[in-house]
Formats: sequence, C-alpha cells, structure tokens
Amino acid sequence: MAEKNEFTDINGKAILLDCQNYSSFCREFTVSSPKVSLCKVIVCTCSVWLFAYAVFFVTENTAVLSSAIIITLVGMMMHIHLVKVEHETLLIIGSLGVQLSTSYASGRESTTFIEMSRIKDIVINEAVYMQSIIYYLCILIKDSGDPNGIASVVPLFQSSKPRLNCLVQVYKSCQAIIAQTR
Amino acid sequence: MVLKIFFPTCCNTADSGLLIGRWIPGQDSAVVLAVIHYPFIPGQVKKYLSETQNQSQVDLAVLGSWSLPKDGQEGMDSFLKDLSTIFPNSRWLQLSREIGKRGFACQVVHNRITPPDPAQGGTDKKDQIIFIHYDQRKVMLSQLHPIHEESPGEESSELRAVFHTVAQSGPLFLLDRYDEGPLKLTHWQSEGREASIVVELSKQASVPLCIVLTWLVSLWQSKCFRSYSPGLFFRTSVKMSTCVQTAYRTNHFQTVFSTKKATSHMEFMRKANIFVSFLVDMSLGLLLVSWLYRENHISQLANTLVPVADHVAKELQELLEWLMGAPAGLKMNRALDQVLGRFFLYHIHLWISYIRLMSPFIEMILWYVGLSACLGLTFALSVLSDIVALLTFHIYCFYVYGARLYCLKVYGLSSLWRLFCGKKWNVLRQRVDSCSYDLDQLFIGTLLFTILLFLLPTTALYYLVFTLLRLVVVMFQGVIHLAIDLINSFPLFAMGLRLCRSYRLAEGVKFRVLCEEPGTPLHLMMEINPLKCSSVLQRYRTPTYSCYPRDSWVDLCKKLFMGELIYPWKHKTTKTD
Repeated sequence: MAEKNEFTDINGKAILLDCQNYSSFCREFTVSSPKVSLCKVIVCTCSVWLFAYAVFFVTENTAVLSSAIIITLVGMMMHIHLVKVEHETLLIIGSLGVQLSTSYASGRESTTFIEMSRIKDIVINEAVYMQSIIYYLCILIKDSGDPNGIASVVPLFQSSKPRLNCLVQVYKSCQAIIAQTR
Repeated sequence: MVLKIFFPTCCNTADSGLLIGRWIPGQDSAVVLAVIHYPFIPGQVKKYLSETQNQSQVDLAVLGSWSLPKDGQEGMDSFLKDLSTIFPNSRWLQLSREIGKRGFACQVVHNRITPPDPAQGGTDKKDQIIFIHYDQRKVMLSQLHPIHEESPGEESSELRAVFHTVAQSGPLFLLDRYDEGPLKLTHWQSEGREASIVVELSKQASVPLCIVLTWLVSLWQSKCFRSYSPGLFFRTSVKMSTCVQTAYRTNHFQTVFSTKKATSHMEFMRKANIFVSFLVDMSLGLLLVSWLYRENHISQLANTLVPVADHVAKELQELLEWLMGAPAGLKMNRALDQVLGRFFLYHIHLWISYIRLMSPFIEMILWYVGLSACLGLTFALSVLSDIVALLTFHIYCFYVYGARLYCLKVYGLSSLWRLFCGKKWNVLRQRVDSCSYDLDQLFIGTLLFTILLFLLPTTALYYLVFTLLRLVVVMFQGVIHLAIDLINSFPLFAMGLRLCRSYRLAEGVKFRVLCEEPGTPLHLMMEINPLKCSSVLQRYRTPTYSCYPRDSWVDLCKKLFMGELIYPWKHKTTKTD
C-alpha cells in the first residue's frame, strides 16, 4: 500500500513523501523534489544569449554566438545529469540492510546498500547552518575496532532536505522495523 | 526471526527435486546453489555431495525440497516431507511454486535435535521469509571491493559470504544435462557448458611460451648488468630515460611471463593490465613506425632538424649580443660582460660546427633510431626525450656555468657581509659567531665585498636568462614524461572490464522489490552495483617510477634564488653502487 504526503523542505519549497509498505519489515520512502521550473530555464538561456549578442556586437566574431549556443546546451545537459535530483529513495529491509538511491532528472540512478550488520542506529541529528538549525536523518555506521564507537555518519535526503515533520515519520517507521528484526 | 533465502534465477522453472546449498554460519540465511531432480538415490546424493565438498572446500548440505508440480506429478508433497528424515538438518525448507503464479510458498520444518533453549521462549515463532533472487553466473564471476583476503570462516558480512560461497562452488557446476551420470542437476551451466577452442588452445600453448620468454628475459637481464662495467654506465643510464624505461619494462615482463599462475584477484588484474598495456603500446609504436617510414618522413625530419638547430643557435647568439650591449636599459659592467659573452659565444660556435659535422649522418641515425619505436610508443617517446636532452646540451651547459658563477658570488657575498658586520660562520658549531678581525683582513674583505656587489647585476642577469631557457627545456621534457607515465600506468584491462563486463568489478549490490501477491513472502531481486570508473582507476593503477619533481614549489624557488643546481627529474631507481 502506498501513501503520498505533501511536506515542505527547509527552504519552503514543496516536496512529496511517498511511503510504500511492501511487508511488515520492508518499507520504501521516496522524497520527490519539484521539477525544473520553465521560468528559470528561460531566464538563464536569455541572459546568456543576450550577453553573447553584446559581445558579438563589439567584436564582430560569429564564433562567439556558436560557442554561446554550445555552452548553453552543454551546461543544461550537465545540470540535469549531475546536479538536478528528482527522487531520493530509502528502502529499509529488516535484518538485511538499508538501500539509498538517488535518481537524477536525466534518468541516472546512483545506489548504495548498507548491510544491517554495519548499521548501529538511524537517528535525527541537528546541524547549525549559518544562522539556522536544521535537522537531518542519518545512519550511524559501526566501528570495526571499537564496539561502542561510530566509524562514520551517512546523511540521508541531502538534496531534498525535508523538515522535521517529514523526518519524524520516516524515523518512526525505520525504528519500528529495526526493533522488530534486531 | 527473518529467514533469508538466496535463490538463483536459473532454478525458477526447475523441475521438482532437492535443494543443494549452504547455510551461512552465524546469520539466518541460506544460499541455494543447485536443484537435484527426481529420480535419485539418497546414497548417491550424499556421496556426490561429500566429493564436491572435498573439491571446493564449501560445506554443502541438502537444504530442503523444491516442488514445481507439473501434469502427472501429484502426490509429491507427502514424499517430500519424508525426505527430511533421510537428510538430517536443524532446518528443512519446503519451497513450492505453482505454474502461473509468480510467488513462492515456503514452509520451514524445524528438526530439533537438541531440546529448544528455554531462554528463547521455547515455542517456535512464525518465521518470516525473504527470497532474494540472484543471477548465479554474474555473482560467481564478480569480485566485491574493497577486497578482503580473509578465510571463509571469518566472514562477518553476509553478502561477502554469499559471493564467496558461489565463487568457490565451481566444481558443483561442472555436471550438465548431457553428462551420463546418476544425478541430474539444474544450475546456471546445466543447459550445457560453453567453452571456446581458441581459449583452450591458448591456455595450452601459453605454458611453454611463458617458460621460453622467462628464460629470454633473465638472459637479457644478466647480459645487461654483467657485461658492462658498472659505475660510469650506471651514472649515465640513470640520467637517460630510455634506459629507465627499458629496466621498467623488463620488470614487467618478469611479472607477466612468470609461469606461476595468479592466485589472487589483484595479482591477476595486475598481470592482465600489464599485458594489455604492453600490447597497446607495441601496436601504437608499430603505427608510428609505419607512418614514419612511409612517404619519406624520416628524411623530411632530418632535413628540418639541422636548420632548426642552426636557428636556435643563431637566436642564442643574438640573445648574447643583446646581453653584451645594454639589455632592457640596464648598464652592465663592461669588462665582465665582454668576458662572459665571448665565452658563451665561443661555446655556441663550437656547437654549430659540431652540428654541421654531424649533418650528413643525421638521416641514417634517425632511420635506425626510428626503428626502435617498434618496441613501443613509450620507448619512442623516451628516445625523443633523450634526443631533446642531447640537442639542448649547450643550454644545459650554459645553465650550469651561470648557476655556478652566481652561486659562488652569492656565497662570497654572504660570507663577506658577515665580515662587514664583524661576525663569522662557525663550521664546528654550525652557527654565526662574532669575531674580531685584523685591520688588513677587514680592508681586503671590504674591498672584495664591494667588487662582488657591483658585479652582481651582470652575473644575475646571465643566470636568470639561462635558467629560464633551461626551465623551458625541462618543461618540454616533463610533458613527454607525463605522457610516458600515463601510457605506463593506465589500467586498460580493468577499464575495459568495467565498460564491457561491469558485473565483474562490484562495489556492492542493489535490491529491487519484485511485485508479489499478498500472502506470499517478500521477493527481492539482487543486482550487482558496478564499481565507479574513478575507483577503478585508483585501485588498479600500475605503480610506475615516479617522475614528479621531488621538491615543492617553495623549495624550488629557494634553490633558484641561492643558485643551487636543480635536478627536477630524478627517477626512483635502486641503488647500484
């Protein structure tokens, strides 16, 4: 069964949280960011081309215009392939592990899987960012040498940055699954 | 507790039979490796299992039964349950699937040989089951990174244990359906083993070939290092990049052509990388040779070489004459200027006559040297670097003369400045001490100091000009060395493997939930997550002799200021004398 809820991220933009319950110990949370806005694309393209026309007007060199077109195209492709995140997914499978997946606007997906034996806990951490305090969900990884220590911290939902109300929902489900299958 | 069963995708449509696999110790999971079909004799099954266990070092066991009822095969269920008494185990899995439905049903029968532990509550809780489907062939061939060379009993990670089990179970996958044996198995190779005649023939031929090549390499090494007298040879050979490159390649050949089979993954990858990069190097070299010897390119090159050298010498002469006048408006000390300028001009005159003497032979020399590009592009590039070094030898000489003069001047000035201030350098204590000089010492010291000080701008200018020229040559040689380093160290085989067979180099795994019917256990599809290209480059880079500058930029500037000679391209070679 799937549930869709609307939340906001720390900058006030609307994001969507989708919870999919596959079984009592397997859940998938997908946070979707808003898509690329047409206004921004048009503004960027127009400003680059106006600048190129101004340079062409001064230098009378047509290579400036073609290079501006190429730069715009390449820049847009790199943006949607490397920067623009469409969904971030957290798949938690009790007693097997946690899978984090980021899918970009061009369709590229980057996935990591962390085994349950390496996970110490999933917690909500606070961070001081400039003048505000933000909350983020993270996975604590066990240290192989020290049984009580933490080797590293893996933050979740870094591009979408949901607010505390969304994080609490995800946190509660994850803790229920971990407790059930520990 | 959640029970995890790793099930191969090739057995999804297998006929009913027994499940063969391994229980992962310490975790609640089982890996299914194959299915043995009916009819079978339990004694033969046990015998086969113990034989395979001895060959593969994997503790195989009968995990349970698999039933996919086809027409005319009803009534198997009771038969299947009775089998659990023949193959005793603490848990017996009864997997069943119906044609048309996608989900499996599973029942776990606990055979408690020992009484249940009262601390755990006594009664059996309902087990929750996850089926993880995996592609057996890909998991068998894949290597998980970071590579841990651990013995199988100490695997703390469940996934590593699964990969290790499947990889080690090679002997189990040798029986296919065309074998006339008492047992019929289903696994990834059961439709027929594939082999290629070319691969088999090359495997047979490679052993004697390797022996011959190893003998040749050892002969070459002993001839090289024993027949020539050490000392002078080594001092010049260390400076010549051709000799360094040859020694480096000889080392590589020793690794690749050794008759010992590669035991670990890293050794195999290293051998393969060296072999492939050597082949590519040779083919690029042959391409270069074919271009050079076509359409008389060699004689064209030779004909442009002498005018270029002449042109460079003429430019240097003009530069020196400019320095001897009033360069950039500065007023030089006339006498010293004339001395230094005439000295360097005479050198250039010698150099030009030497080049003119050599010019009839240049074409022949180039022709024979160009043949050496057959040994590889890196060899050709190192020969080019050495030719550049030889042709600009006069610039190197000028730099050394200018640097030595300047260095002497700077030391003299600093020492006489201390005399001027009434201090002295104490060599024993390595510090500056005050000292009372006699009057005549002070007089001569001050006189010398004044002379050196007023001659400083002239010497400094000559030093600056020749250092800049030397740095230009060094930079050009540096670019060539970078190209050689790139060809030497780039792991072509690993990159090719990553691009064409990306499942061989695995960074981890990916899971995908397969859509299931409600009421059936959870099904996941496990896929291999390939290693990132940047990680491939970092892990499988062949180590090369480092030709990066030893000093940092600050040290370099300090050395230049003090007039010390800089040797930027010191190679890491073994000490021989």
